[in-house]
Amino acid sequence: MAGTEEIQQPTSEIAFQSKFRWSDMIRVDGRINLRGCLLLVTGILMLVNLYMIFMVAPTDAVLGHVQRIFYFHVPLAIVSFVAFLAVFIASIAYVFRRETKWDNLAHASAEIGVVFITLALVTGMIWAKPVWNAWWLWTPRLTTTLILWLIYVAYLMIRSYAPSPSKAAIYGAAMGIIGFADVVVVYFSVQWWPGIHPTPVVGPLADTGSLDGTMRSVLLFSMLTFLALLTYLIMERMALQDTVDQLRGIRFSLRRAARQDAIPGD
Amino acid sequence: MNEFLRPIGVLLWKDILIELRSRDLVVSLLVFGLVVVVVFNFALNATPELVTEVTPGILWVAFAFAGVLAMNRAFVREKEEGGLDGLLLSPISRDSIFFGKAAASFIFMLLVEAVLLPIFAGLLNFSPASFTLILTIVLATLGFSVVGTLFSAISVQTRSREILLPVLFFPVILPVLVGAVESTKQALGGDTVVGLGHWLPLLGAFDALFLVICHWIFSIVVEE
Repeated sequence: MAGTEEIQQPTSEIAFQSKFRWSDMIRVDGRINLRGCLLLVTGILMLVNLYMIFMVAPTDAVLGHVQRIFYFHVPLAIVSFVAFLAVFIASIAYVFRRETKWDNLAHASAEIGVVFITLALVTGMIWAKPVWNAWWLWTPRLTTTLILWLIYVAYLMIRSYAPSPSKAAIYGAAMGIIGFADVVVVYFSVQWWPGIHPTPVVGPLADTGSLDGTMRSVLLFSMLTFLALLTYLIMERMALQDTVDQLRGIRFSLRRAARQDAIPGD
Repeated sequence: MNEFLRPIGVLLWKDILIELRSRDLVVSLLVFGLVVVVVFNFALNATPELVTEVTPGILWVAFAFAGVLAMNRAFVREKEEGGLDGLLLSPISRDSIFFGKAAASFIFMLLVEAVLLPIFAGLLNFSPASFTLILTIVLATLGFSVVGTLFSAISVQTRSREILLPVLFFPVILPVLVGAVESTKQALGGDTVVGLGHWLPLLGAFDALFLVICHWIFSIVVEE
């Protein structure tokens, strides 16, 4: 019986939020809704970004319209690196502080980072097929990106196979640290790897120098947009994790209450 | 220093003793290594010209796969009878446990490779008596056992550990694998773009880096 009072309070809060109002995006309960604001800003940025990419940016003289996928591909790749850097920093912070918020940040960043890097790989392949006439070339940059993908998929696997959430957190932190350190080493080792022949690759950094002014500003705007999207998604994912943790707590106290009801003498 | 080294020696001796009495790991790894080479022979339908080109690759795939099998076993034994809990409860540092287990894996793998290398040399037609090749094997095996010990300690605690270990191990160990294959190519007199002696110091640097990171992370991972 002791658990019943504890669980009534959250139920009423959940019911209260069922009706959606636009004003809730900006302010909830007299406080500024940071996530809602970011969602609005990101949404507007995304729309403007689409307009910029398809209407403002000039069509590439050699590659034609297929070049426009670059405004998605490059920001996705760079933003996923930002996400993995966040995993690394949050993992180190978790190891030293042992606070759940750092683990949630690492987990959320890794998940969003994997989604973004998958999209970057896919858009890269779509771009490569007409331009290089191959879906894939084993260049240092592509190889490193693929290894990066494998490492963070392994990160997510290690978390979901771990026996308990606390173990998942510490194993995740271990993989987050060693994975990021490894990426640097992988990059250099495949750079010196003579298996691939140095082809003139149109990489993100090499490319910006040869871009014309409008193209470069569209690219920068797109990067900003995707950075906003990353930040919003990470915040949303962390909030979701908070809800999951709360629900787990409620279920735990419900089970305990039910067990106490079942055993009268306890 | 003695406080630090003695537990490592005891742990190492314990693993060697178990292996001497059961003989299950080294023998199965030897047979496995041979099977890999035979499978490659059929998969690639290797002609004599092709063999010289792909020898370093076959050699290291065999060694790396055998290494993963060895790593899989490294902590299973500790886990089965609650040995790991006993180790953690005993008054020795986490570093000693890590280095003791890594040293045992290192020695088992070197032993397997020492037996396999002459057999491979015969089957694939190359000369194993090369200082560069032997140094490459020692350095790469050191990297394998250091990284493998850490991930073995993690994956043994999880569900489906046999699958998780290679998934964790291979992407991380990739720099060492690349270095080992390239260095072996040099040792066997194949044509490489990179100048001589380039990969060995690099392998040593990778080992040092992994040694520092892995033993630090190991102490965090097992303290729970």
